[in-house]
Amino acid sequence: MNTDDFISVLAQDSTVRWPFGRTLAVATASGVAITGLAFFLGVGFRPDIAQALDTGRFLFKFLVTLALATMATGLIWRIARPGIPVGRWNWTLLAAPILLGGAVIVELLVMPESTWMSSLVGTNARHCLTLIPLLAIAPLICLLIALRQGAPARPGIAGAIAGLAASGIAASFYAASCTDDSPLFVATWYPIATVIVVLAGYLAGSRFLKW
Amino acid sequence: MNSPTREEEWAIWLRAAISGDVGAYRRFLEDVTPRLRAMARRRCERYGALANDVEDIVQEVLLAIHLKRGTWDQSRPIGPWISTIVRNKLVDTLRRRGRHVSVPIEDIVDTFEAEEQTDSLERQDVERMLEQLKEHQRDIVRSISIEGTTVRETANRLHMSEGAVRVALHRALKALALRYRSDFT
Repeated sequence: MNTDDFISVLAQDSTVRWPFGRTLAVATASGVAITGLAFFLGVGFRPDIAQALDTGRFLFKFLVTLALATMATGLIWRIARPGIPVGRWNWTLLAAPILLGGAVIVELLVMPESTWMSSLVGTNARHCLTLIPLLAIAPLICLLIALRQGAPARPGIAGAIAGLAASGIAASFYAASCTDDSPLFVATWYPIATVIVVLAGYLAGSRFLKW
Repeated sequence: MNSPTREEEWAIWLRAAISGDVGAYRRFLEDVTPRLRAMARRRCERYGALANDVEDIVQEVLLAIHLKRGTWDQSRPIGPWISTIVRNKLVDTLRRRGRHVSVPIEDIVDTFEAEEQTDSLERQDVERMLEQLKEHQRDIVRSISIEGTTVRETANRLHMSEGAVRVALHRALKALALRYRSDFT
């Protein structure tokens, strides 16, 4: 087939019904919705949610997880579309670790040393390590499906960032059920759960996001 | 400097194409192709022994542009978008042909600005990939590739609805890209 004929074939398929931006928006919303549903049906708020809402340490967890979710999702928007400079968006991924690091320092300064170890170990480590990855499955799959319509230069990295966004979403729900609010706990167990999801995203991305 | 107007023209055509203007899309692809060919030829000359592959590479890059046209953010200039797609696809396709290459983005931009005309050549790769598609997908692609046939005429000829032909054509092109990816690895 010569190139002119090939162009004729492509031209007949001109219409785009789902521009990438819309696909990604729907995928993100679906991921959040499914995880929300799974959370409210299967996990639920912690029993003392009303009192917890009055404490800064509880609310601070959401600042960290939502920072991760929004920054990583924003980055996906850029890396999946060719020719958009990522620029300083890479650095926004540091927002969550920096917030968390600051909180850890404050905790170490204001709390007596005798409480550190029990705060770090907490009571829900096992839940944290299983529920965050489980709740992240739906958003990760939704984002990967959307990314297949995108054109990321580095498929593995794109998958890993989808994993970051998915863990941010999952952790934002999980944090409402977990009674461990110490930054020492959050800074220990949440990142381990996140690494699991990021790794899964990286492997899936290298495999399924080539174009 | 004629590149700003060219890019503006491409943007107008592709925008129209995305909302269904077949003619505008054809003009866009026909205007992009000679520049793709010049880029592909330069790469092939530099890395040797690939001169016969130029047109195959052009067709593969066209297919990538086609399948990823939804990633162009219409509020942004089209130049950086298309240069990046072409660069990434060129590196990818040359690597699969056993050539490890790097393609600076500036080269792509420069070539897009240069004028170059050459004839379209008959090539085999796409035929070989077509052989591997499902029969009805192959029939649709072949039918449309026959001079100027539209989706509607193809639908009539194959006794299918226009919608069904559109869907089958789109799937066939996606399947074709998948064949390209797996064929050379």
